[in-house]
Amino acid sequence: MYVAVKGGERAIDAAHSWLDRARRGPAEQPVLDTAQIRDQMSLAVARVMAEGSLYDPDLAALAIKQARGDLIEAIFLIRAYRTTLPRFGASRPVKTGAMRIARRISATFKDVPGGQILGPTFDYTHRLLDFRLLADGALPATDPAEACETLPEPAPRILSFLDRDGMIETAEPDQAEPADLTREPMELPAERALRLQALARGDEGFLLGLAYSTQRGYARNHAFVGELRIGTVPVEMEIPELGFSIEIGEIELTECETVNQFKGSRTEPAQFTRGYGLTFGQTERKALSMALVDRALRWEELGEDGQGAPAQDQEFVLSHCDNIQATGFLEHIKLPHYVDFQAELELVRRLRDGSAGQEDAA
Amino acid sequence: MTDQAYNFAYLDEDTKRMIRRAILKAIAIPGYQVPFASREMPMPYGWGTGGVQVTAATLVPEDVLKVIDQGADDTTNAVSIRKFFQRTAGVATTERTRDATVIQTRHRIPETPLTEDQILVYQVPIPEPMRFLEPRETETRRIHALADYGLMQVRLYEDIARHGEIATSYAYPVEVAGRYVMDPSPIPKFDNPKLDDCPAIQLFGAGREQRIHAVPPYTRIRSLDFEDHPFIASKADHACALCGSRKSYLDEVITDDAGGRMFVCSDTDFCAENAKGDA
Amino acid sequence: MALTEALEETARHAAPDDAAPDAAPDQAPATPLLRVKGVTKMYGGRIGCAAVSFDLWPGEVLGIVGESGSGKSTLLGCLSGQLRPDAGEVIFDTSAQGPVDTLKLAEPQRRLLARTDWAFVHQNPRDGLRMGVSAGGNVGERLMATGARHYGRIRASAEDWLGRVEIDPTRIDDRPRQFSGGMQQRLQIARNLVSGPRLVFMDEPTGGLDVSVQARLLDLLRGLVRDMGLSAVLVTHDLAVVRLLADRLMVMKGGRVVEAGLTDQVLDDPQHAYTQLLVSSVLQV
Repeated sequence: MYVAVKGGERAIDAAHSWLDRARRGPAEQPVLDTAQIRDQMSLAVARVMAEGSLYDPDLAALAIKQARGDLIEAIFLIRAYRTTLPRFGASRPVKTGAMRIARRISATFKDVPGGQILGPTFDYTHRLLDFRLLADGALPATDPAEACETLPEPAPRILSFLDRDGMIETAEPDQAEPADLTREPMELPAERALRLQALARGDEGFLLGLAYSTQRGYARNHAFVGELRIGTVPVEMEIPELGFSIEIGEIELTECETVNQFKGSRTEPAQFTRGYGLTFGQTERKALSMALVDRALRWEELGEDGQGAPAQDQEFVLSHCDNIQATGFLEHIKLPHYVDFQAELELVRRLRDGSAGQEDAA
Repeated sequence: MTDQAYNFAYLDEDTKRMIRRAILKAIAIPGYQVPFASREMPMPYGWGTGGVQVTAATLVPEDVLKVIDQGADDTTNAVSIRKFFQRTAGVATTERTRDATVIQTRHRIPETPLTEDQILVYQVPIPEPMRFLEPRETETRRIHALADYGLMQVRLYEDIARHGEIATSYAYPVEVAGRYVMDPSPIPKFDNPKLDDCPAIQLFGAGREQRIHAVPPYTRIRSLDFEDHPFIASKADHACALCGSRKSYLDEVITDDAGGRMFVCSDTDFCAENAKGDA
Repeated sequence: MALTEALEETARHAAPDDAAPDAAPDQAPATPLLRVKGVTKMYGGRIGCAAVSFDLWPGEVLGIVGESGSGKSTLLGCLSGQLRPDAGEVIFDTSAQGPVDTLKLAEPQRRLLARTDWAFVHQNPRDGLRMGVSAGGNVGERLMATGARHYGRIRASAEDWLGRVEIDPTRIDDRPRQFSGGMQQRLQIARNLVSGPRLVFMDEPTGGLDVSVQARLLDLLRGLVRDMGLSAVLVTHDLAVVRLLADRLMVMKGGRVVEAGLTDQVLDDPQHAYTQLLVSSVLQV
């Protein structure tokens, strides 16, 4: 006799232990150390920190290990952990202008005070598989960071040169306390600060696709990379009991400022406009994408035409950029839907019966 | 075994307070979708994070919890959520509807009538009944504010014009207390009449969409329809092959390769009780 | 709240007959249906329309003509509540409350007005129709939006109205996509008139149609306006259309009204240089 599907609990337990085995791989291989992931898979770690909204390279490495290298799963682990952490307060805004720079380039000016610094980039590598990496892990001959005689000085922001001449829209410091979208529900339409928060956590692939679509004409905004800088900044926190702020640590950031198509009219002088991206770690594809999408979303305040392009539509962008929301909802279709499907099955049967009757009658 | 590393029922007390406020507001404005700052939970969005947060904010140590998915206590996701609360809250759990004080459900309302001492928590994927007619949140919010629901009626009209009847078999829209149009979550429309005048508190949590809505006890719930095409709660026209009930909602089960099939109660607790002759 | 009820009341009682007193001059009613005072709308430093004032009497059709960019569509948007003017008043004579400045109405009341007493016929039927909804659903929407809940009666009204705009009622379940441009426009008109509005805004209702199709539509519109005693504000660049439909005419240029008067008078004896240019630049009708 049929017995209603039972044993879900045992099946789940068995699946979990299989997963543990699969993660570990063959026993004769050495186990992957999270320090190795942290230091040798550092760009994966950076992405997990950026989209997980939690700056902790060790936890990100652990998440990557636990997720068997599935970065969205790793981001999910970090998010779920982050949400349980108590909030002691907010840091002071970090000063990216005073960043200790590892990489800094501008596509708008050939030579700039502070210089262009390529840093550890894939940009000019030939994408040829390096089979030597199969064999050994020998260190490169020299450490370029040590080879550098003087550490780069804090470099002025390149857009400040344009700013001084009135060539670019002024970005007034906003003193208002920004909302925290992890603590308050997102309200649409959202202010720029909130949009940037959502974009900073947003899926790299989704934002890359949107940014690319603006370049291909879906709300084109002619972006130049005014400056892209990667480096470390101190994080300071105001301690009320002390009455001053103290440094609590250092984080690596990628910041991208774009110079975009100008606005102006007969009465207003022409000016370039801005797009902005800021992300944890070395995540420059993400920061660039974020800046282009930020700029596209600003069409209304800049008095541009809505072209109905996806990247201009803040409800579309903000409602769909979070990969944890997206992957959860997408994958939930694997859950049983017996009840709804049964209801549909009966409806379709009834409708078929009905229309069959009509055909007979006709 | 309670996991001591986490607060009672996983969420911290501040978060619970925030969710309780949203729940109270939702009860005060029946059918209205209250935004709340949904947290990332250790299970994926779309797998019941809204329901889990509402349950977590609702549970007290004395509660007896029942979790069902598709009407059954032993479907994988129901098992997973029940285990989660056993581990983080250590509350007693049950499979018997009448013994439970809090019931978290996905896609069904139990067949056994609920009482004033119970809270039914629904997992909700898309709380907005107008969403597939109007994708924009700013616009649907205006539709609700102005009770401008003509478009919903147009959808039902189209169904009848096309199919001869309203071709919505689950997540069937309802009007709550004469004001807001509400999506009752993807329960089969067979369950809609149970929403009406129900003695229990009904709470609906949508985690990914950051919304909570509620139906207070004994609230008038009307399934949308036309005067000359009234709402009908339908189900498969069979008796349960296990307990023989003709009044419970049935799952269709394929039994062999030759297309053989049987119908059994989707509510496993009701089915077992009924088979014993207790229901 | 009282106003909302009043408007609903209006909707119920707005049978064409009592909403449309005969426009004969000896029986002219005491209040205009629509009184527009100093409506101004700026786009940054550019004028959309400036200081436009006029009265529209029950049963009257007012044509607004001008070339593109003259401000006629901006004005229509301001009158119909789709645009927010920077200054001015748009006073509509509701049956229960009397004259009310519609710009000061709350959004729910304005929306209610827009789906009961008012109607708006767009140039492009796609803007005024739900393209994914059947003809019957399109016509029935205004009825359902104001509380109709009897499928059979809604459908009967829709069939009746399809007939009145010369669409074969057996096509009631077809979607507008399957209709020609002229049929779509007639469907849009049926969708608007089904609730018995007292004031219709029309934006180039014959634009984008073939000449022969235009003629048929104009004929139909003229018949409906007469039979229902509709009041209308009609924006067009086509002087033939106003000649046929409008009792009075306003000529706009650069956002301002340069000439206004009885249609025949303005067209046959234009006073303003711009009107003269406009009239001479088209074939005589």
